[in-house]
Amino acid sequence: MGIEHTTFVGRSVERVEDAALLSGFGRYIDDLGTRPGTLHAAILRSPHAHADIVGIDIEVARALPGIVAVVTGRDLANITTGLVPAVRAALDARAIAVDRVRYVGEPVAIVVARDRYLAEDGCDLIEAQYRVRTAVVDPVAALAPDAPVLHEGVGSNLVSDRRFRYGDPETAFAESPHSLSVTVRYPRNTGSPMETYGVVATYDPTDDSYDVLANFQGPFSIHAVVARALKVPGNRLRLRTPPDSGGSFGVKQGVAPYAVLIAATARLVGQPVKWIEDRLEHLSASVSATNRVTTLKAAFDGEGRVTVLNWDQVEDCGAYLRAPEPATLYRMHGNLTGAYAIRNVAVRNRVVLTNKTPTGLVRGFGGPQVYYPLERLMQCIARKLGLDPFAVIRRNLIPADAFPYRTATGALYDSGDYQRALDEAARDGELDDLKRRRDAARAEGRLYGIGLTAAVEPSVSNMGYITTVLTAAERAKAGPKNGAQSTATITLDPVGSVTVQVASVPQGQGHRTVLAQVVADVLGIPMGQVRVTTDLDTAKDAWSIASGNYSSRFAAAVAGVAHLAATQLRDKLARIAAAQLNLRPEDLVFADGRIASRTNPDAGLPFGRVAATSHWSPGLVPEDIGSAIRETVFWTPPELTAPDADDLVNSSLCHGFIFDLCGVEIDRVTGKIRIDRYVTMHDCGRVLHPGMVEGQVRGGFAQALGAAVYEELAYGDDGAFLSGTFADYLLPTATEVPDLRILHVESPSPFTPLGAKGVGEGNCMSTPVCLANAVADALGLDAIDLPLTPSKLASLAAGADEPAPPAGHAAPKPPAKPGDRTLRGEGLAQVAAPPETVWAMLLDADLLASVIPGSHGVRKLSDTHFQADVSLGVGPVKGRYKADVTLFDLEAPRTATLTGTVTGSLGSGGGSGRITLEPDGAGGTRVSYVYEAAVGGKVAAVGGRLLDGAARVIIGGFFAALARRAGGPSGRNTGLAGFLRGLLRRLLARLGASA
Amino acid sequence: MKPASFGYVRAESLEEALDALRQHGPEARIIAGGQSLMPMLNMRLTKPAMLVDVMRIAALKEPHVEKGALVVPAGVRQAILLERPKLADDLPLLASALPWVGHIQTRARGTLCGSVAHADPSAEIPLCLVALEGEVRLRARRKARRITAEAFFTGMMVTEKADDEMIEAIAYPLRRRGTGYSFAEVGRRHGDFAIVACAAVVDSARMRLAIGGVADRPTARDFPHLDGSALDDALNAFAWDLGAGDDLHATARYRRDLVRSLGRRVLEDAAKVTKGETNREAAPCRS
Repeated sequence: MGIEHTTFVGRSVERVEDAALLSGFGRYIDDLGTRPGTLHAAILRSPHAHADIVGIDIEVARALPGIVAVVTGRDLANITTGLVPAVRAALDARAIAVDRVRYVGEPVAIVVARDRYLAEDGCDLIEAQYRVRTAVVDPVAALAPDAPVLHEGVGSNLVSDRRFRYGDPETAFAESPHSLSVTVRYPRNTGSPMETYGVVATYDPTDDSYDVLANFQGPFSIHAVVARALKVPGNRLRLRTPPDSGGSFGVKQGVAPYAVLIAATARLVGQPVKWIEDRLEHLSASVSATNRVTTLKAAFDGEGRVTVLNWDQVEDCGAYLRAPEPATLYRMHGNLTGAYAIRNVAVRNRVVLTNKTPTGLVRGFGGPQVYYPLERLMQCIARKLGLDPFAVIRRNLIPADAFPYRTATGALYDSGDYQRALDEAARDGELDDLKRRRDAARAEGRLYGIGLTAAVEPSVSNMGYITTVLTAAERAKAGPKNGAQSTATITLDPVGSVTVQVASVPQGQGHRTVLAQVVADVLGIPMGQVRVTTDLDTAKDAWSIASGNYSSRFAAAVAGVAHLAATQLRDKLARIAAAQLNLRPEDLVFADGRIASRTNPDAGLPFGRVAATSHWSPGLVPEDIGSAIRETVFWTPPELTAPDADDLVNSSLCHGFIFDLCGVEIDRVTGKIRIDRYVTMHDCGRVLHPGMVEGQVRGGFAQALGAAVYEELAYGDDGAFLSGTFADYLLPTATEVPDLRILHVESPSPFTPLGAKGVGEGNCMSTPVCLANAVADALGLDAIDLPLTPSKLASLAAGADEPAPPAGHAAPKPPAKPGDRTLRGEGLAQVAAPPETVWAMLLDADLLASVIPGSHGVRKLSDTHFQADVSLGVGPVKGRYKADVTLFDLEAPRTATLTGTVTGSLGSGGGSGRITLEPDGAGGTRVSYVYEAAVGGKVAAVGGRLLDGAARVIIGGFFAALARRAGGPSGRNTGLAGFLRGLLRRLLARLGASA
Repeated sequence: MKPASFGYVRAESLEEALDALRQHGPEARIIAGGQSLMPMLNMRLTKPAMLVDVMRIAALKEPHVEKGALVVPAGVRQAILLERPKLADDLPLLASALPWVGHIQTRARGTLCGSVAHADPSAEIPLCLVALEGEVRLRARRKARRITAEAFFTGMMVTEKADDEMIEAIAYPLRRRGTGYSFAEVGRRHGDFAIVACAAVVDSARMRLAIGGVADRPTARDFPHLDGSALDDALNAFAWDLGAGDDLHATARYRRDLVRSLGRRVLEDAAKVTKGETNREAAPCRS
């Protein structure tokens, strides 16, 4: 297959997109004009990971001038339904909370106003009351019988539990001399596009139809989910995409719930509504890749030849299972054996819900979660046997003569020569030199390691792979799903210029350039004569459920179908020209803007004249052609069959190959990683545009470096979201990303029209584990999880022993266990008043009101129950909060325990403390206290770094005020920091203060 | 991420700015470069009623040397100071530290006094001011006062500045002959908030080490000339006394380790001057 001669394909021609993108002429969703009367939405989101909504008071907000409406989940419940997931209808996955919130950032109300500023003012004025439930964050903990259950209708947090068996795993384990297992906790991260989500929606009541403009990326199977959630048939949901989209990396698939939310809101308010997501919203509540806990066990012989794999994967999809999840888990099902010829495989896949943001597409989609344990395993096998990891990897590879190769789990690997790729990578990447560098570094006492990774990069997803989550019987009942339809339309206009339209929805990748290359080559015209449009309108354009920009399907499937459409059109034009030239069509050549005889170039016609024939002189068009104005071609590869009765699934059409090797040095003092060399070898089949392939590799590598070293969507044990800004969610920048050595071999795919395979996601799959393998090698570790933070690596390098604090120093606090965000403290204060006086002050609402900094009044509900309105903060960071404090275990005038909560627009906090009053022997009181507290919501998400210090200031402020009120502090003002810290905690406990 | 509504005064003179502060009291905030304040406004972490812009005040634009100190008024952007030809000679510590302040884009707008007023505990500019025993010059409508840097910072983002005062200038004592200076910092990425930042000033009489990013404010300690295990012990005590905490990016232990190791490194580097060696390329820890 392929192209007869190429002028453009295979060359790094200048991208046609770039002039606009680089000079401010891009047309992104927020740049496009909206209809007059369009309103702006802001979304009030849950500060709690798990809570019942007790009430939402919207009256004050609604009364603000400029606010048009405040819409809650209950308001929308009548005109929408849940978003249908692939499994379990008992799980009501709505786009907005109804009566209960299950993750921090979950939409609770939508304020619609004249502008976004006012809408956000409105959000600040809504008083939502919650009854907090215990949250569960860890996927394994969520499986415990006593774990809090997110969806009672499901019965537990386990929404899917499937076991698979291929070959004879039991016998293989029994007969192999060695076995080994690795357990990996893969963390959460995301793709962080520069442009966030956006939706502009209109409802037409006369037609009961929605018009939704969204920077959605596909797959357009989600169109059906959105239409169903809006309770309209598909032809009454016109979904359009803007001409440009500012990055996605899979993430823009997750705009779908907001399409429902904003469209339904537009219906309620009767006017168009626009919503542009901001970065705080995006990081906390757009989409995350799944975190996964995997135990992978293998048996192998003395040379490291693996005979069997046993996968136990616990997939955490967050609070709701949203379509297409649990696709992250099943996308890789066909290639669970990676690049290796392993015939026995056992799999247990569990899908678990926890109180975190729902997951969705993120570049790499399931690959990093699979290759991390698989390639850690290969290194551990080599380590255990004392073998070179390179030899172990090479020994296990699928033989080059075995392609197309059917894996144990059902994938049909199209092509490859993995041994050659490995050998060329070792040669051109100078692996031997890297080993010398490692030896030299180690001889000097430096920490240096080498990492290797082999990975198969799947692309062009089978739309049926997700049904592997169902049993064969369930699948039979539902009917088979499979294929990967791609489509292209090529149109000739009356002057013979060419327009190409595809449903590929790019986000900056350069689809228009490649399509112009492909079509121009087929038609023998300059690229500039081909104009490509990639924005999609589901009411007008050709599309299918597989349309969109995901699973690295562009080069293989979309460029391929454009080639088919162009070829079909060319063949028609050849017949038209042949009739006019009195030649045979097969004797004609399309080149240099002409259609001419192969043997006599003078016998020919300008391309434009032939191309315009169907417009101007249809009579000259041979009858059986019909017309040659517009060709739409749909293509789906026959190899993508539905999962069979034995659960064999060809989850993807194409399988590229990657082999990475790297050398890494770790600074013993700072724990920082320096990448000495990174070599990445790719076989992505035929390369259509080398520059863009390089761009994909470099971009994927940068994101993977982020996932490996810098980025984590972090949650506390209580479900508080902790990385809500780019100061805490750390993207690698140009400063952090080292240069790469990129190598290629080409094994064209026999299954795609152009021989191309996907290349967009490979490094996201291979690089995290390659770096981890190097770090493990440097530090001599058996286990290492991401992210590879300097703090973690420094402590691994230094060991457990730390110089003890000097004599007289308070015993060090035990290190907090990961995820425990409890602020704990204790302190001491001297007050120049006897305990009885201080005691009375603590129980006197009016006096407290005057003592508490920022108090707007304290209400005494009982002798031991207080509520207060307080303005709390440090420096300029201030917010108004409602505090609720209860005292108990009172032993006047000696001791009391306090518990309390605070809630406000900046977040919420809760804690408890015990305060003890003792006479200091000089007429005053020594106040000692211990406390613990936690803070959630926006403040925790954006200001985690500062919470501890803020707590000190606030609690310190309270005790200082109390001491002043009681007649001034007594004694020395010693240990101010510790004192304030304790006070802060106390204040948090007492007043429910949060920073 | 849109700020709540606020008023805005673009002061053309110091008097105009101070009048606005007096009139609006705690509801007013000075805005200079806005590199900390604007994100806080947009996130609605702060909702001042009035912003007082001081960047048009001509009298606050020029750094100048005065009685052995470089006086940096409120309108001086970090990038401007960094371009000052003699900065590395006059203030080698600040010259080493300034490139660690944010990024080239933020330094192009951010001011030194703004960083001091913001009082982030991990900020480099306040750290240098404390290490060098500089001063903060505060001015209100009716009075002016000068306060040492160590007394100025009282907690995380909390200072001695009263609501009706603004920082008119800060003053960094110039390099003294026979004194060595050294700076080092570790952050996750270049330009991030420091996990630990160390500034050392060593002369014949003492070794002074200031640490940012660990306690709730930049904190300095003076030591007699120590070496070997005596220096280890002194740094260990300092490390523990700073009360390090765990956060998303680093453990308390990691911070203490860096105080001990990087602290020692910068002290030894700065001490080279007192031993007649040079330490002019004093940026030991690239990270």
